[in-house]
Amino acid sequence: MELWFSEKHTKGVKLSIQVNKQIYSGKSDFQRIDVFESEVFGRFLTLDGIMMLTEKDEFIYHEMIVHVPMAVHPDPKKVLVIGAGDGGVVRELTRYNSVSEIDLVEIDGEVIEVCKKYLPKTACRMDDPRVKIHIQDGLKYVRKCENIYDLIIVDSTDPFGPGEGLFTKEFYGNCFKALKEDGIMVNQHESPFYKDDAAAMQRAHKRIVESFPISRVYQAHIPTYPSGHWLFGFASRGYHPINDFDSAKWRALGIKTRYYNTGIHLGAFTLPNYVQQLLEEVE
Amino acid sequence: MSKLNQDKAPIMEALLNFDSMRVVPFDVPGHKRGRGNPELTAFLGSQCMRFDVNSMKPLDNLCHPTSVIAEAERLAADAFGAAHAFFMVSGTTSAVQAMIMSVCQRGDKIILPRNVHKCVINAVILCGAIPVYINPRQSERLGISLGMMLSDVERVVLENPDAKAVFVNNPTYYGVCSNLPAIIRLAHKHNMKVLADEAHGTHFYFGEGLPVAAMRAGADMSSVSMHKSGGSLTQSSLLLAGSEMNEGHIRQIINLTQTTSASYLLLSSLDISRRRLALSGREIFNSVSKMAEYARREINEIGDYYAYGKDLANGDEVFDFDTTKLAVNTLDTGLAGIEVYDVLRDEYDIQIEFGDLGNILAYLSMGDSYKDLERLVGALSEIRRRLKRDRAGMFSYEYINPKVILPPQQAFYTRKESVPIKEGAGRICGEFIMCYPPGIPVLAPGEEITYETIRYIEYAKEKGCLLTGTEDLAVERINVLKE
Repeated sequence: MELWFSEKHTKGVKLSIQVNKQIYSGKSDFQRIDVFESEVFGRFLTLDGIMMLTEKDEFIYHEMIVHVPMAVHPDPKKVLVIGAGDGGVVRELTRYNSVSEIDLVEIDGEVIEVCKKYLPKTACRMDDPRVKIHIQDGLKYVRKCENIYDLIIVDSTDPFGPGEGLFTKEFYGNCFKALKEDGIMVNQHESPFYKDDAAAMQRAHKRIVESFPISRVYQAHIPTYPSGHWLFGFASRGYHPINDFDSAKWRALGIKTRYYNTGIHLGAFTLPNYVQQLLEEVE
Repeated sequence: MSKLNQDKAPIMEALLNFDSMRVVPFDVPGHKRGRGNPELTAFLGSQCMRFDVNSMKPLDNLCHPTSVIAEAERLAADAFGAAHAFFMVSGTTSAVQAMIMSVCQRGDKIILPRNVHKCVINAVILCGAIPVYINPRQSERLGISLGMMLSDVERVVLENPDAKAVFVNNPTYYGVCSNLPAIIRLAHKHNMKVLADEAHGTHFYFGEGLPVAAMRAGADMSSVSMHKSGGSLTQSSLLLAGSEMNEGHIRQIINLTQTTSASYLLLSSLDISRRRLALSGREIFNSVSKMAEYARREINEIGDYYAYGKDLANGDEVFDFDTTKLAVNTLDTGLAGIEVYDVLRDEYDIQIEFGDLGNILAYLSMGDSYKDLERLVGALSEIRRRLKRDRAGMFSYEYINPKVILPPQQAFYTRKESVPIKEGAGRICGEFIMCYPPGIPVLAPGEEITYETIRYIEYAKEKGCLLTGTEDLAVERINVLKE
């Protein structure tokens, strides 16, 4: 008997992973939550049938969404994380002693519970005393914040489900307001490759450009996401992701990473021509 | 309340039954269940095309209902507490017109507030009735028209004892209700019928803690936009009548202008929506009210915006307020409502119902969610942060007391000439001009054009209101009566 998990990456293309067993399946107020176990990718989490993370490649995503802004901001203390109920972003953030407070805002409390129970490799630092968990709509949370955070990390799902509100102009504008005057916002920025993903990516970029004085995009290779080519947005009220990047200072912290390094930091902002063109179309 | 079994949906059931017979169509519509027009079928869906069928014995006929449509109308009458219900397929406009033409003939007087939808004055033009206007009270602070004061209605009723009917908005677009029960008692005492425009009041019949519904309060007729808060398809509507009205006469009036090819998509949508409202309307509208309350609280917390609710009620011209309405005054942000309306759509991808000079209205209904409300509130908060300016020079009022010189029908059919609007002062207007929405005329045929109205029209144009009604689509010129 063969048991396979399949996800359509676009019409006519799907990724299948052979599964040993299904570990969890449930339905929250917002979405269907599943955890599977596989030979090749280890355990993996899906929401409404869409891949969120696998134990094998989640390090790429989490390292790139956290260490890039952390290496640019000279003194990040207060961090807001939106989404990220799996705990991967928090795990990477807690490796910095300089971080004094992490507010995690997740709309679906059940995702956090399921990940704590079945995905301990990512959810391992959710009990860190600096972490405060808020079960709330991220859009509502940032609306009430002004001039508070050094860094906001938006680790959202795709803009076609519960995460839709996190790809809007009102959300990015409210994030701008919630940041301190030199704050940085980094977001999951979809993929440039397939048509629907690329359209969502352009839309998000347009909205961010309208809201922040500095807005750049960087990339990483994430094998289990559609096309494997994934983007992140770096938006800031002041710091430039390359000009204000102090590589020696970051290296001196001695944080061990498997994907991120200071060379990748610089290289990740160099984008393929077709991606540059997609971005320029909406700038 | 209901005496009949509201579980049934006779039109839908008849359509399903008819579909299962696999009847070969040698009748209209010519697309023959969609097969003849594959592009349209691909666009609308085959289910939709399959049920776009013609009147026939098993499916009844709206012009002369005797079987399933008659049964569906009985169920609707029962659900709404009326003696008769008529399914309407040309919008609530057709219901309002049938209502007025059922009680007024040429030369008959009808008492109505001036802040009615333009279709009411159109009906008066069609039938030649003489409107006797009651100026609605105004809210200085909000710049909106409120309801009618009971004492104003009483005065006009006593001055016009020969009037045939009193017409009442229940509620206005903004959610304001006049004292309908007292107006009904007063009118009936003077042998006048009471006609209600409940285009925005379908939910009053099913929700809790909402203003009283017209038929429950004893009105003689009401026009109910099922396609607004009732959830049916656009253009479908209900006309309700009380036991004192002659059902057959009303149907004849309706048939003067009604299509003989009524759409079964619209009819079945009325049928299915009535069933849903009768069975679960209470829970549906409780949840809409709660969402509106939540949004009001959050919007008022932002600052400068004023989302009003039952706090407006004063027992008279605001006898009651529909708490499912989410109307927000924007003047303290220094932005006109229409400007906020445009920014919401152009920059935030949020479409609201309308913006006028000082207010916006977001229409909440059974299809909304807290997540979507969050977007609206978040966007309003951002608009204030980014665009707030000094409010000096803001024009706020929505209503100008009209100077009525001639009855609308007479003015409409008198010889006219076209003049630039700016040069129209002192002339008698021969057509409508209004901001749409909300569609309440700034000028109606037969009213004098004043400097005040010209200034208002110029300002509304400058702020980006969509002005309609004039023959000149650019709304630069206006038809006035030849002198």
